[in-house]
This record gives sequence, structure tokens and C-alpha cells, in this order.
Amino acid sequence: MTNTRSRPVEARPDPLTWLRQNLFNNWWNSLLTVFSLWLVYALGGGISVWAFTEANWRVIPVNLRLFLVGQYPLTEIWRIWFLVALLALLTGSALAIWAASYRRIAVGFALTPLLLALLPFSLANRLWLASLTLLGLLGWFMARNANLSMRRLVMWGGVLWVPVSVLIMSGLGDENPFLPSVGTNLWGGLLLTMLLTIVGIAISFPLGVLLALGRRSDLPIIRWASVAYIELIRGVPLITLLFMAQLMLPLFLPANVSIDRVLRAQVGIILFSAAYLAENVRGGLQAIPKGQFEASYALGLSGVQTTLLIILPQALRIAIPVLVGQFIGLLKDTSLVAIVGLFDLLGIAKTVLAQPEFLGLQREVYAFISVFYWLLSYGMSYISQRLESALGLGQR
Amino acid sequence: MNPKPPAIPFWRDERILKWLWQAGFVLLVVGGFAFLINNMLVGLQKQGMTLGISFMSGIASFDIGEMLIPYDRSASYWRAFQVGLLNTLFVSVVGIFFSTILGIVLGVARLSSNWLVNRLSAFYLELFRNLSLLVFLIFWYLGVFLKLPRVKEAVVLWDSFYFTNRGIGMPWGLPTSTWDAYRWILGLGLLAAWGLGYFLRKRNPLTSGLALFLWGLLAFLAVAVAGWFLLPVAPLAWDLPIVKGLNLNGGKILSPEFMALTSGLVLYTAAFIGETVRAGILSVSKGQFEAARALGFNDWMTLRLIVFPQALRVIIPPLTSQYLNLTKNSSLAIAIGFADVFYVSNTIINQSGRAVEVIVMVMLTYLSLSLLTSAFMNWYNQKTRLVER
Repeated sequence: MTNTRSRPVEARPDPLTWLRQNLFNNWWNSLLTVFSLWLVYALGGGISVWAFTEANWRVIPVNLRLFLVGQYPLTEIWRIWFLVALLALLTGSALAIWAASYRRIAVGFALTPLLLALLPFSLANRLWLASLTLLGLLGWFMARNANLSMRRLVMWGGVLWVPVSVLIMSGLGDENPFLPSVGTNLWGGLLLTMLLTIVGIAISFPLGVLLALGRRSDLPIIRWASVAYIELIRGVPLITLLFMAQLMLPLFLPANVSIDRVLRAQVGIILFSAAYLAENVRGGLQAIPKGQFEASYALGLSGVQTTLLIILPQALRIAIPVLVGQFIGLLKDTSLVAIVGLFDLLGIAKTVLAQPEFLGLQREVYAFISVFYWLLSYGMSYISQRLESALGLGQR
Repeated sequence: MNPKPPAIPFWRDERILKWLWQAGFVLLVVGGFAFLINNMLVGLQKQGMTLGISFMSGIASFDIGEMLIPYDRSASYWRAFQVGLLNTLFVSVVGIFFSTILGIVLGVARLSSNWLVNRLSAFYLELFRNLSLLVFLIFWYLGVFLKLPRVKEAVVLWDSFYFTNRGIGMPWGLPTSTWDAYRWILGLGLLAAWGLGYFLRKRNPLTSGLALFLWGLLAFLAVAVAGWFLLPVAPLAWDLPIVKGLNLNGGKILSPEFMALTSGLVLYTAAFIGETVRAGILSVSKGQFEAARALGFNDWMTLRLIVFPQALRVIIPPLTSQYLNLTKNSSLAIAIGFADVFYVSNTIINQSGRAVEVIVMVMLTYLSLSLLTSAFMNWYNQKTRLVER
């Protein structure tokens, strides 16, 4: 049967009618409209006057390197470029394999480095950024008709990228001629923020899944231990955990073991985020009907097999939206490490503002940092919304 | 006769295995904790310290910016801790109050038929939900409240509100000689309000809660106003803030730290509450709106009498967690120097060197605050739950 009926033509009102219908349809709405217009004028006007005439934005381009990589030594910056290039290649391939039909996301990823190049970088760095897009495209075309082994390669590449990055960034020892050690006290800026976020997600996610399974376990001791952990952590603010990690972790470890400050903060973040992720995963687990368990047992699968092959894949799929929300929260929360004295994107602001040239520019610096966090988390939520609708989440 | 089935060896017996697993788990956890705590005790012993909270009675000898109960440098650590705790509670209660109002306004505005209001609310929600709270708070404090004009150049509204980088001054009542008597009159007003409510309920058991509240309020205000004018001297003298040298004096001065923290938390949390409210209202089926319309209810009555009571059931659980978040987020006060319980505790740690005890105390404090809040909200949730036949 062919569909010969076309959609009804929607009436497109002329602007005046539209205004009357949507903004001035009764006295109350007219009042609201006028008030809103005044609000927009007062706030928007004030902010734009400040941003375009009074603000001294020079502090941003001069300190761009500090914002992005902190005090990471200039001679070793190539390591970060190398890792980012690898990431671009992997992202391109991954998009080609798993998200090929969502062109807009792919285009968005391809445009990101080019948009970043609009920031006041040197010419060389702009070329580097542009080549990231090329690498991404290369990855895309390499993996476009990927076979199974190629897929596995990309997947394992993604998994291994995290530890490899940490290893390459920290170096192989002081005497190593090729990759000398770079102390974590020099890691900073966006680099540190992203590192804390990515490693935090990579470790707290499996922990959270374990805790969620523990909370649903029929072994009473394990269940109670999981409940106690989750509720305890969710009852206290992250900052107390970070302080605990900074102040108490060294006390808890044997005298001869010293533990790095960045690592301590990372431990705090992981402990915190695992409890929240566990609750999100539990939500997904609870949505799986009992029949799934019974069918799986009837097919002769063991308890572990049922969990890993039947229940978890479905539960995690349901939980994707809230999980992404939690990951965004984790990204935003990494800024708290600035309070315990790390130089992440927020912490580095103090260094910038201490420069005699840029005293008193708190507005500019913190506004810039806010925008950066905003773009990162908005980008994450935008992509996840696209993927959710593409995967048909919430529609079945 | 059937041969006896072979006994299951214990290493394959589910029932035994379960307990073995758990025993192993307990052993691991207890062992791990024992190891960590032993390390700590050994380490503390080397520094010549023992665990205990007797140090909390020692003299604090540090100053606190603002307090709700009397405190000075010679008070004990305990007292300092209490001051901080009260400040946390105060910020949380004020923050919860205002963020609920703003959140409801935003949530309703997000569903408004007015295109501009709708878009503005959407813009606000997207803007604040994706900000990092800490970055925003620091921006808000350093970039806005500390950049207000100096006291000499204060922005003054109606001769009574002063906006300066030393704080925001506003008029406040100063008790006069009749204030003690007036408090009795206020008590009488409460009694009158309760009595009137009791009478109205008795006359018509179906009187709505809102009507009772409004009538009660009216009765209370009537008594309060009458008392104010009947007393020979007004019980409160109007105290206006004035500029004295480099400082504001008189009236009520809200410090920039308090203002930045509270308003920042309100602006941020309201965005999440707004989203919650919107979801709650959307969860009420369209038929309810149409039925209300058919019965001749106007927009406001529909919202208040039909939609909101039903949306409330959906809203309360996520709202609870937003309240808890606000309370926990108030610990970010440490980044802008407001003396909440966490800030004070950090000072205590620096002064006394007792990290372990103080951190455990702080965590227990927040934990009990969380548990209390969720207990209260659970009780409220029970009350508003759908009563099914």
C-alpha cells in the first residue's frame, strides 16, 4: 500500500498573529512578557556591556597553556599530543563502527578540534589541532567496513588507552632517556580534570556494578555490607571524602608507603562515585522482570552466566541515561580537588590570578573556566541524548 | 530399594558454599580494616598521639566570622563545632526554602504557554544544570559579591538597603523595653490562630488546609498588629544600617560569604528542582487538565487544586535528594570562607592536628543530617501518598 496522503499543511501564522497568540494572548501573559523582556534587557545588557567593553580577556590567551595542561613541561608536551592523536584515531574508528548512522555526532566530533583551533593558539598548535580532525577521519575510513578483529582492536585500544596514557604521561623513570618521569605535581589544568574524570569513570563504574549486584545479592552479609557502604558514602559530601583521602590515607598505609596527592584525590573520587553509580545500576537491575532470571536458569545458565550474559546487558542499557548523568556529575565534581590543593582546571586559576599582571581579574578567569565546564558537560549530555533516542531508550 | 544418592561433596554444596563465600568476604574486610587501623595506630604512636575526643574541650583560640550563638576565641572546640553546625543548618534551611520557591516558579514557567517565559526558563535550567557548582560559587563570590562597590561608594536602595563588598546591609528591628511583653502577645496570637483553626474545623470538617492556614495567619497578624499599637512603646525600633568609617554599622549585615554561598546554592539547586517540578507536572495525565477545564476551573485553580497535589507524589522523592544535595553542597563553603561545620572542622584539624577524630565527627554529622532529612521527607511522602481503596 502506498502512502498517498501527505501531511496536513501546518498553518504558519504571520509574525504579528504569532506574537499575539504566544506572547500577548491575555493580560497576565502580556505582563509576563513585558517583565521577561525587561529581565533579558537588564541582565543580558549588563553582562554584554561588561563582556565586550570592560572585561580584560587578554588573561586567557596569555595563560592558555596553563589552563590546558598546567605546568606540564614544555619539552614533554608532545606526549599529550601523541595521546590525543591516538584518541582521535580511536574515536574516529569507534564512531564508524558503532555510530555510523548518526552523522551529526560524527560531524560534531570532527568539528571539535577545528573549533578549538579558534582559541588563540599558535599557528603550529592550530595545525596540530586540524590534523586531529584528519586523524579522526582516517580512523573513520579505516574502520568503515570493519570486520570482527578490527572491532576488537578498536575496543581493546579504547580500554587500554587509559592506563597507557597514565603511563606515558608519568614517564618510565628519572633515568629513562626517552620518557623521563614527570611528577604529578606538574599535571594540571584541563589535562588533570580530564584525567581524573576518565580514570574515575573507568574504575568506579565496575566497582559500582559490583556494589549494585552486592546490594541485590541473596547473601545477607554481602548485601548488608553493600548497603552500608552505599548509604554511608551517599550521606556525606564529596569534599569530606577528599579530605579523608588527603589526610587519613597516608595514616592508614604502612609508614614506608607514600602515596601521591593526585592519586589520593582520585581514590576519594572513585570511592564517592562508585556508591552513586551503584544506585543507578540498581535502578536498571530492578527494571528487569523476574522472568528473565527464570528463563535463563531454565536454559541451564549458572548464576554468574545469568548475571553477566542476560541481566547486566539489559540493566545497563536501561540505566544509560542516568549513568551518563552521573558521569557528568563526576566531571563537574572533579573541580573539588582544587580545594585540596591540586591544580586542575579550577585550581590553576589561583596560579593565573597570582600573576602581578592579572591581579583582580577573577571575573574573567572564573567565567572562562565556567564556560569550559559548561561546554564539556553540555556536550556530554547532548551526545547522550542523541544516542538515547538513536538506541530507542525509553521507547520500548 | 533405591540406592542412597551419593552425598554432595561440601565444596559443591550451594548451602555451604554460600556461607564459605561470605566468611571469606568478612575475613577479607575485617582483615583489611585491621591492617589499615593497625597502621594508623602504629603511626600515631610514633607521633606520641592517641585517639580520643577529649581534646575537643580545649580552647579553640581562633575567630569565626559569623555565628548564631555566642562564641569567642576562649570558647572550646566543641563550641566552635556547634557554631559551625548551626551555620550549616541555617544555610541549608534558608537555601531549601528559597530554592523550592524558585524551583517551582522555574518548573511552572518551563511549561508556560508564553513562548518567551518558556524559553527563558529552559535557558536558565540548561545554564545552571551544566555548571560546575564549585566554579560557579567561586565566580559568584570573587567575581560578583566581592566586586560590589566599596562601603564609601555603596549602592543604596531606598536609604535602607546597602550593597557593598563588605556585605549587604538591611533594616532590622532592635528590641526595646516592651519587647519581652510583646513576645507574650505573639504567643497569644499563635493561640488565637490555633483556636480559630480548631473552631473552623469543628464547624466544617472539610475546610481545606490552605484556608485554615490563611485564617490562622490572619488571626495571628490581627493580634500582632493590635499588640504593636496597644503597647506604650513600639516593641521593635527600626534600625537602619549606616556607613561608619570603612564599615557598615547597625541594621542587619549579611556577609558576602553568606550571601554568595546561600544565593549560589539556591540558584544552582533551583535548576534541578525546576526540572523535577516540570517532570512531576508532566506526569499528571492530560485528562486531568481537561476535566478541570470542563468543570470551569481557571488556570491557577487547576494548577493548585488538581495538578499540584497529584504532581507532588511524583516530585517528593527526587525533591528529597535535591534537599540532601543542597545540605551536602553547603560544605563547599570552605572554598569561599564561610564558617560552616566543615570549614570550622578544618580549622580545628589545623589547630589540633587531630585529623582522624575530626573527620569522623564531620562525616557522622553529615550522615545524621542526611538521615534526618530523608526520615522527615519519607514521613511527608507517606502523608501525601495516594490513599487507595
